[in-house]
Formats: sequence, structure tokens, C-alpha cells
Amino acid sequence: MTEKLALIWKDKIGNVESIKLNAPVYYAVDFPVKLEAPFYAYITLKGKEANYRLKISEVKDYEPLEGILKRTTKNLKTLLKIEEVQEIASIPMYEFKKESGEEIKRVSKYSYGILIEHGEFTIEKFRDMKPREKEIFEIAKKDHGVELPFSIVEKIAKTEEEYSMKKTELKRLIARVVEVYRKRLVDPYEAVGIIAAQSIGEPGTQMTLRTFHYAGVAEMNVTLGLPRLIEIVDARRDPSTPMMTIYLREDLRYSEDAAREVAKKIESTTIKDVADVITNITDMSVVIRPNMAEMENRGVRKEDIVENLAKIKVKSVVEVVGDDIKLKLSEPSYKNLNRLANEIRMLNLKGIKGIERAIVRKGKDNGEWVIYTQGSNLREVLNLDEVDGKRVRTNNIIEIADVLGIEAARNSIINEALDTLHQQGLSVDMRHMMLVADMMTYNGHVEAIGRHGVAGQKESVLARAAFEITSKHLLAAGVTGEVDELKGVAENIIVGQPVTLGTGAVVLIYKPKKR
Amino acid sequence: MRAFGITKRINSIKFSLLSPEEIRKMSAVKVITADTYDDDGFPIDKGLMDLHMGVIEPGLRCKTCGGKVDECPGHFGHIELAMPVVHVGFVKNIKNYLDATCSECGRIKLKDEEIEIYKQKIEEAKAMGASPMQLFVIYKKIIDEASSRPICPHCGAEQKKIALDKPTTFREEGRKLTPKEVRERLERIPDEDLPLLGINPENARPEWMVLTVLPVPPVNMRPTITLETGERSEDDLTHKLVDIIRINQRLRENRDSGAPQLIIEDLWELLQYHVTTYFDNQTAGIPPARHRSGRPLKTIVQRLKGKEGRFRSNLSGKRVNFSSRTVISPEPFLSINEVGVPEKAARELTVPIAVTEQNIEKMREIVLRGPNPKKEDGKYVPGANYVIRSDGRRIKITEINAENVAKKLEVGWVVERHMTNGDIVLFNRQPSLHRMSMMGHLVKVMPYRTFRFNLAVCPPYNADFDGDEMNLHVIQGEEARAEAKILMLVQEHILSPRFGGPIIGGIHDHITAMFLLTHNNPKFTKEQAIHLLSYLNYDTLPEPHIEKGKEYFYGKDIFSLILPKGLNMEFKSKICDPSVCGGKCVFDKCPIDAYVVIRDGKLVAGTIDENAIGSFKGKLLDRIAKMGSNVVREFIDNLTRLAVGVISYIGFTTGIDDEDIPEDAKLQIMSVIEEAENKVEKLIESYRKGQLQPAPGRSLEETLEMEIMGVLAKARDEAGKISARYLGLENPSVIMARSGARASMLNLSQMAGSIGQQSVRGQRLHRGYQDRTLPHFKRGDLGAKARGFVESSYKKGLNPTEYFFHSMGGREGLVDTAVRTSRSGYMQRRLINALEDLKVREDRVVVDTGGNIIQFKYGEDGIDPTRSSWGENIDMEEILTDLFGEEYLLRRRKK
Repeated sequence: MTEKLALIWKDKIGNVESIKLNAPVYYAVDFPVKLEAPFYAYITLKGKEANYRLKISEVKDYEPLEGILKRTTKNLKTLLKIEEVQEIASIPMYEFKKESGEEIKRVSKYSYGILIEHGEFTIEKFRDMKPREKEIFEIAKKDHGVELPFSIVEKIAKTEEEYSMKKTELKRLIARVVEVYRKRLVDPYEAVGIIAAQSIGEPGTQMTLRTFHYAGVAEMNVTLGLPRLIEIVDARRDPSTPMMTIYLREDLRYSEDAAREVAKKIESTTIKDVADVITNITDMSVVIRPNMAEMENRGVRKEDIVENLAKIKVKSVVEVVGDDIKLKLSEPSYKNLNRLANEIRMLNLKGIKGIERAIVRKGKDNGEWVIYTQGSNLREVLNLDEVDGKRVRTNNIIEIADVLGIEAARNSIINEALDTLHQQGLSVDMRHMMLVADMMTYNGHVEAIGRHGVAGQKESVLARAAFEITSKHLLAAGVTGEVDELKGVAENIIVGQPVTLGTGAVVLIYKPKKR
Repeated sequence: MRAFGITKRINSIKFSLLSPEEIRKMSAVKVITADTYDDDGFPIDKGLMDLHMGVIEPGLRCKTCGGKVDECPGHFGHIELAMPVVHVGFVKNIKNYLDATCSECGRIKLKDEEIEIYKQKIEEAKAMGASPMQLFVIYKKIIDEASSRPICPHCGAEQKKIALDKPTTFREEGRKLTPKEVRERLERIPDEDLPLLGINPENARPEWMVLTVLPVPPVNMRPTITLETGERSEDDLTHKLVDIIRINQRLRENRDSGAPQLIIEDLWELLQYHVTTYFDNQTAGIPPARHRSGRPLKTIVQRLKGKEGRFRSNLSGKRVNFSSRTVISPEPFLSINEVGVPEKAARELTVPIAVTEQNIEKMREIVLRGPNPKKEDGKYVPGANYVIRSDGRRIKITEINAENVAKKLEVGWVVERHMTNGDIVLFNRQPSLHRMSMMGHLVKVMPYRTFRFNLAVCPPYNADFDGDEMNLHVIQGEEARAEAKILMLVQEHILSPRFGGPIIGGIHDHITAMFLLTHNNPKFTKEQAIHLLSYLNYDTLPEPHIEKGKEYFYGKDIFSLILPKGLNMEFKSKICDPSVCGGKCVFDKCPIDAYVVIRDGKLVAGTIDENAIGSFKGKLLDRIAKMGSNVVREFIDNLTRLAVGVISYIGFTTGIDDEDIPEDAKLQIMSVIEEAENKVEKLIESYRKGQLQPAPGRSLEETLEMEIMGVLAKARDEAGKISARYLGLENPSVIMARSGARASMLNLSQMAGSIGQQSVRGQRLHRGYQDRTLPHFKRGDLGAKARGFVESSYKKGLNPTEYFFHSMGGREGLVDTAVRTSRSGYMQRRLINALEDLKVREDRVVVDTGGNIIQFKYGEDGIDPTRSSWGENIDMEEILTDLFGEEYLLRRRKK
């Protein structure tokens, strides 16, 4: 059913809510509909992703009926009978294709599109317990009533094999492991959050502030040390030095030439890179003077430039004069001339947008060739056939969240932060960083540590007021009549009573025996 | 008074707006006079210091509650404003409400069905436990939606656009709306529509945001300060209130006498200005109100806001009694659990002790000694400063009344006795970056004037003795004392939760001493051994080693004495150098004695150095720590004592002559550097000729710089290697560097060989004069020396240009630290704020105080990082050696 052409239109949340409330209902729209009922329609709220799916059972010309809902008040053309509205996990617009096969980028009013079939996605479990591991797990559970964590079971199994243990030895080993495991568990009510924050914050004073060359690839600068750590906890949308490490498909990865080929393909080339752009004020034109050496180097032909010039939005006439390409403004205007020149300079000729530079290096371990890039565009790189998608890495956390989902983003926060700390020779337990990452991602999207993120979301007025922007929070609390339940730490300190963590989390009352 | 039994807790705090009626109702007096005191210095009736609002002068009584200075909590008064004025804090809200509601009928500009939908939405969000911030987003959306309607859906009135002329003026299509008109419009909004605007009608009405009556805070919130000269100085808030009353008075008079509209409007605006600055004196768009001296006034918002504001400085952090601060100094003969406290401080800081039938005699004795007892047998004995009677009265003990008080002492009183040996106190050094910055210590009263503690406790506090000061707090309650003893005592913090290794452990001389004691197993005569052991509490000597009829004792055996029994482990020392054995470890037969073997608490082979006992790195310490906190405490105490004994007996000294290297070596270093400089010249030449190939994606200049840096760094390393070849392990400096006690081989090679390239921002020095760093060089000189390469060594001394370059590099380091501390401090504050509410439940699920689950199992395995082995949840090796002992260790070696 999805391969059928569907109608997509942009609407306001208020309208959607009323349709939802009244469905089935007639809905008047201000555009003609060429599809025959029944069909599916999608509503987009922001134009970039479909948020609702509707079942349409009837299409007819607009007539003012009783009890109909309207998209707008003017220019109504068609009536759609909407049977039901489903709220769906948002489908990005590029998942739709126009009839012509073109991708839809955004919907401003309405559009038709076919949802692209992706086939089955199989989610691979990272690893299941091996039979032997399962047995060990069961022994521990049966004999000691403890469900050992996977990592520990794994270690036991490995040790058993390595030292070819006897059965009694294994039993003794498991018993001891369980004993040690129990001893090492965290104490209940431990303030793990504070410990994590301190453990990450304390070494911050020992870190450098400088940008370094990336190990192995001297050509690239990478933000490291404290600034990078701050960047990670800030959940900044664009890291100051976005970077990717791209691994190649099995059959290409040992050939330098193939790697270079791919690198050339992804490195974005703008006209600025291969030609001089000269503005001529006297006759209101812009001249592109290609640099032949660079052109060859980057694999760009003159025709490519001419072809791509069609994308230019400023109206102009293209003319080829010898080696040069001349663009003349249709209507003379200094402002537009400037805009035209700028647009031409930044025009992407080939490659992937955002990837400024791609460098091929031999990997450290097995002699395979790896591409390192400055700039990051995970979505597009993953789409390339030549790439081993499972191993591609980027340091842009938000991008990972967008493309691969929140769990991937969480892991990436942990890895990036720990790498940053280790690079400075500081050891910090992984569990602390996990907690920070989980705090940043537990509600489904990446949130910054700080006033605009986690701290601003706090339930308590007093805690928010004590953190930043005191007066705003207090005044707003008065208006909405907020009630501070005094559950958190900061609030209780403010009113001067014990906090509800650690020894304060338990209530102990001593009742003396009556004599 | 101390409260006994179950303590009460505040359940919740509700916020709401004050209505004009409420303000009048809670007011103790209507303030109408702008004056404060009369000529006799007595508060004027109905003035700003009216006695109904509380008292600040001793002797007077509050006219409302009859309390004296410390008894009366203060009472609000009020000012009736002649004309309404807008409250600055709510200007944005008012704008929203005016926009979203009809100017005629006051209804929100949404259709009835829309109202229903949105109300439902809000309810849903609330039911789902949306945070206040998430609700604001919904309100904002509703307001935006309603504001965009040009016609009221209820009465059909056309809506005009309202603009906000910052900070407090509203204009409707250019026409000024007076606060009065604004208030009238807000009054028209019906209660039913308020929830959609984010107002809870039970707490607030929009018209209350336009003030008609102003509360006057109690006088003890704005006390008068009397200077030494007898001159009185009013608080900033009082000043501001004086202004408000004055203008209010004039406005009322003018209005009542029917003055021209223009004058009234001017006065009205002036009143608005004063009320605005009374609330927030940093409002954008208006000049701040100033004191006579030109200093801007500190009004309400300024009192609350920021680091020095009420919240962060007085509510989140509070000042305390029973604390002291002084300089710190080291004392290796104290246990790590102890702190040396000067007598003077001990006599000032007191511990409250409840008098019971069991201790009453003892307490009498203490009280009898008074506040300044003499030493008994040359020993410090505690006296007492105060007793607190059962009725809560506090009696100061003096030499004169001590006998009397002691006689009267009865059960149920509390004696505040001096601190004495064994009391537990909290000891702290700022900045308090982690929990080990504040630990529990047991007091040991000592002469002189500094706090003293064992050197092994320096790392957690990050303390040194170059003048550092530390704070000490005496615990005042039984529960707190118990918690401190169980949870905060130093011995419970030997392992750091940051990385699961020891943070308390050997530093500097401890490591050097252990190296001297164990490396290559030196021999000691019986006399020597007894001398070393006299530092410890041991009365039996280890098994002697007899040679030529004389008894000898080995260093390793002496060290073994302090090891706990039953310990088995093997690991590599810090001094391990794979180049000696060619990467193939020969274990206990290591030619440089760098493989530690411990069997049943006996050091069999290897050198004890940083990898064994160092803080942060000590593997041996970590293992012992897992045997129990008492065991490690004893080990570290013994370790520090033994270290002092060894190093002071054997002797250890270092000087610049440690870095003496033969003339031959110097020549070699010179030639290496010369060669590098020539190479740099060649690079520059090829760059000038345009023969240099740029690295991909780099400019020619960048490529050149990179190449030069590479060549010079290599030269420095080369020089270091040469000097290292002539500096052997018999050299004290090298012992320190290699054993991990202090410094590194790099430091030594900078002293002996060459200092190397100086850099700023990761680049060679290049700024200064036009095209050159210093006028000593030619313009455009890119050579090594001209761009900050220091070829001299510290020992040889730097020439003037090198000295200057070195200072440039040094300066960057200083600036860097300054910037870094503030930046990382802020990051840590944010992290703490975000994570402070998290705790582990009994089932190891991590939740916040709102009940949201953050992690299903803490750290995915539920293991406490403190108890982990450098992050590993279980240490297989440790378990296997424990279970199978030597058998396992030998099996392991085979692989």
C-alpha cells in the first residue's frame, strides 16, 4: 500500500487536532486533488517530515456543507473525507519520491509522493551468550542466586578455556567471582550522579586548552582537551572541528587507488576551488576563469560547471567565451551582482556537502586504507556503496542522533568524551561517562548539560533559581502557581534540611521499649 | 535549642502572586511618610522605619508582635500608589496577555472548540508529568496562536496591534496605553481563560501584575547601618522606597488638585521608573538608579541574582561556626587518619557533650578545668568554654565561675568541651573538586600553629606546603559524628571513585626511599636494620642472612615486614625497560630487578616504586586496599614511617651536578643540534626556491613549519637520548625520574642537553617585530634560532634571546592555567547541577528524585567504580591468585 502515490500537505497542529477530534469528517483544502479515493495522505507540520497519516475515503469539489473543517478560510477547492488520523513516527521527507523519481526535499503547501520501500531492517543483536557462557550464567544463578552481568560471565568463560579448568575448579572460581561481585556492587542510595560529575569535572583542571593535530593525520586539526569536553556536554549542533573516519568495502579497502578514488568522490568541490570568479561591474557580469590544473586534479570538467550553473537562483544568462564562462545579469543591480558572485563561488560541483577535505591514510592495524575527512555528513556518506557503513565514524554527536538514533548518540557521547580524556592521559571510569550520556539522552533526544538542557528541565523552582537566571524562574513560578515538592538536593539545602540521597534516603525511627 | 525526637520536614513550597487585598491584609502599617528617623534618632510613625515593621535597634520592642531584636521576624508594610504602575518582571507576560485576548470582551482569541482541545492538551501534558519548562512551550504556542487572530471570535471586535516600548510602555497603534488602561483590560480576562495563558487562577490574576499597592519589606531586611562616626546610613532598598513615596505623594497632590495632564503623566512615568528600578536596577533601556556617590543601587533582583546573590551565596552555601583555618605542614609520624591541630585552635573549637549519669563525673572534671587549663604532666587536657542548661540557657565558663558551674552540673545539660585527641573533624582544602576534598580526620592536639597531616594524604586534597591553608570543622551532632566516622574517615577514601585506584599513597620521597630500600636488594647490618625498624612498631627482626659469621638483613625483607600476610601478586615495576630484555620478560630473573614478585606477603623479587605504592598508580596499594580499609591504613602509615627512616638513614640528595655529562657527550649533542639547524636551513632554502612540495591540503608555509618542527623535535629527542646514555641509575636525579618519584627524563635532558623549541599556540614563535621575533635577527629569518629554538640547556644557561623566548612560552602556560580553571569550574558546576539528584535504588536502577529512570542498571553491571580494579568489574588475575596461588602465577608466566 505504501508504494501508491500519496498526498502530502502541510498543516497546522490545531487543524490536525480538530480533525482527530471529529474524524470521520469532511475537510476542505485550498488545492485541487488529482488522486482517486481511497488513498493515504500525510500531514507535515514543518514541511520536512511527515507526522500524521490519514485515510481518505472520498474526494469531491468544495461546497459549503454543515460541520466541515477547513484548512484555511479562503480559496477552498476540494473536500476530502478523512476517515482516521494516525500519529506516526515522523518520516523524513527524503524518504518520499516524486512521480518523476526525484527526492522531495520539503513541502511548502502540498505535494504528491511515493514512500520509498526499504525492505526489511534486521536489527542485529550485538552478541548473544555462547552456549558455554549460558551454562556458567545458569550455574551462578542456580548455586548462588545471582544473575551475573554479561561481561563477568564472558571473563569466566574465557578464563576457563584459557587454563582448561577442571569442573571443581570452575565451581570454586564461580563461587569466588560471585563473592567478589557482591562485595563490589554499589551501595543503594549512593549519590552516583554527584560522583560522576565530580569525576569528570575534577580532571578538567588538568587538561590543555589547545587544538592539536590529529594523530596519524598531521594535515588535520582537531579540537581536544577541555574545549572538546565542554563541546560534548554542551551537545553543540556543529562541533568546531567535525571529522569523519571512513572505512571501505571489503574489496576496495586494500587498494590505495580505490581509496583515493572514493576520497575524490566525496570531497566537495566548489567553483571557488577550481576557478577564479571575477566580478565585472562595468557590464554587470561575473566571469568564471577555470584553473585547468586544479580542474584536472579534482576531476572536474568545464561542462560540469556549466551544467551546475543552472542551479543558480539569481537570474542571469550563461555564455561561454573561450575558456571563460560569463554570466550576465538579466536586470542590472549591484546587490544581485554581489549575490550572484557569492552564489557561484559556493556552488557545489561534486562531492558531498560539508566535507571540506578528504585524506587517504594507511590504517594502523591491518594495512587497509582509510579516508579521514574534515567536515562531516554521515547521512550521505552512509549512502555510498563503496563504504563499509558499519565502521564509519563521525565526531558529530547530533548528526549521529539524527541518522542512527538516540542509542547510537549515547554511545558516541561516551566514546568521544572518554577518548578526549584518555588522550590527555587522564583515566576516568567509564561508568561516570555513561551516566552523563544517559542523563543527556534518556528522554529521547540529545540535551545539553546546562541552562538550556537538563538543568533547565528541573522540576524544582528553587533549584532552577539557584542555578541561573534567578528572577525569571521565581516570577514565572508565581504566575503558574508552581509547587516545589522539595525532592531534589538543591532545594533541600536551600531550606536547610537533609537531602534525600545516601544516608538521608532512609528513614529510621528508634522506638524505645516502654519500661 | 536542640530538638529531640522526630524532626519535621517541609513538605512543599507553593509560589503565587500577591493580590492587592493580600498585600493590604498582611501589612502592619500603611507607610505615608518618606522620612525615617526624627531628630532624636527615633523611628517616625508611619515612616519607612516604623516600629510596626520590626525593630533593628536593641532595647526597642516591635509594635506588632512585641518582640525584641532577635525575636521579631519583621512585618511587611505597604504603600498605596496614587496611580497603578507596571511590574517590570511581568512586562513580557502582560504583553502576551494583551496580545492573546480581545481588547473589547477580554476573552482569549480562540474558538470554543479550540479552547477545549488546548485545555485537554495541557491536562494530558500535566498527567504525563511534563516539567514546567515543557508546559511553557505549550503556553507559548497557545498565546502565539491566539495573538495571530485579527478578529475576536467571541465578540467580533477588530484587534489592534499592541507594541511594547521597552521597558514598560505599551502602545496600541502608536497610542500610549496607560498602566490604568492595561490593568482594566487584564481585569476583563475571565478566570476560565486563564489556564490557557499559563496562569493558575487560584494563585494569580493578570491584573495583579499592574501594581496598585506596593509591599514595603520589613526593616530587618533593610537595616540602617550606624557608622563609627555616629552617622547613619540607610540601606539601598530604603533609599529607593523614599524615592517612591516622595513621587507618589507629589503625584497624588497634583492629581487631586487637578494639575495639567502633562505634569501628571510626567510624574506617573517617574513613579514607574522608581518602582521599576526598585525591583530591578539593571533593566535594559533605562539608566540604573544611583547612590549619591555614583554607585548603582543594589535593589531586589540584584540581591538575589548571581554568585554573590542570596541564592548562591547564602542559601546554597552557608557560613558555619566551629570551624578554623590555618597554614598546613607535613608530619609523617601521624597516621593518615589523623590531623594535628594546634592547641590554640583546640581550645577555641568545642564539642557538645550531653551530660548523662555515666559521664557526669568526667564532665565535672572538665568543666572544673575552665577555659584555660594548665597542662597535666606536660600533656594537653581539654577544658570547657560553655555549658548549656536544660532550659537552653548558655553559661560561659570563666576561671572564676568554673567551680560553681561544675558543682551545679546535672544530667540533661550539655557541656561544650574543648577538642581533644580522638575527636573526629572534617578537614577540607579548596577548591573542593571531589568528595576527597573533605574527609574525616581524628584530632591529635599538637604544639605550634599549623594543621599537620601525613604526606600520603596530599594527593586527594591536592595540597602542598608552600603556604597552603586548610579548613577544619568540628562536628556538633551524634548522627553526623557517626556518619563521619563510618563514611568520611580518610581510610575509607584511599580508593578514588574516579578511576578505581588508590588516590592516597606514596609520593616523592616515599617512592625514592622504597626504591633505595628494595632495588637490587641492599644489605644492612643488624644495627642498621634495627635503626630502620625503630621507625615502625615491630619488635621481631626478620630472618637474618649470615655471611662470614655476621648477620645481615636484606632491604626486601625489611620491606616485607610491612606487607600484610597472605598477599600474592606479580607485576612490572615502573623502571621496567623492555629494551633490556628485548621485549621478552624473564620475570623474577629480570636483570634490572624490575619484575615484582610477592608470595604470601614476602617481597621475593623486584623493585618497589611508583607502580607499586605511588598514589594514582600503585598496584600493590590497590590490592591491599581491597583487603580492608584498616589493613591499608596500617600499611600506608608504616610505609610513610619506613620511608622517612630509610631516606634519612641512607641519605639522598640531588644537585645540578647530577646533570653533569662528559665533554664528549656535550660535543655529540652540539653536533646533533647543529645538524638539525642545517637541515632547517636547507628546508628554508628549498622553500624559497619553490622546490618544497606542499602536503595535501596545506599551504606551502604550513608545510614548511610542520617539517621544521619535526626536525627540531627529533633533534631534541636525540639530544635527550645522548644525555640519558650518560646518566645511569646510580644518579639521584635519574632515580627520581625513573622510579616515578618526581620529574621525568625529559626534564633531565632539558637540564643536561637542550631545552628545545619554545612555542605559543602550538606554533613556533613568530610574533613580535615586523617580520621577525626580536631585533637581533634579520627580517624574514625563518631559521631555528630566530623562531624560538633554545639550544642551550638549563645548566649551561640561556643567552638573552633564548631567555626571552623561554619566557614567552612560559607566559602562555600561565595564561592557559588561568583560563582553564574558570572554564572547567563552570563545566563542573553545570555537570553537578545536572546530575546532583541521581541515586541508585536498592535494585541498582538509577533514578532521579522525580522518579524518572536514567539507567536500568548502574554502569551496566551495577559495580561501584571505587571498588572496581581500574574500571574492571572483577579482576580475574586477583581472584585466580587468591584461589590457586603460586600455581596460577607460574601458569600465567608460561604464556
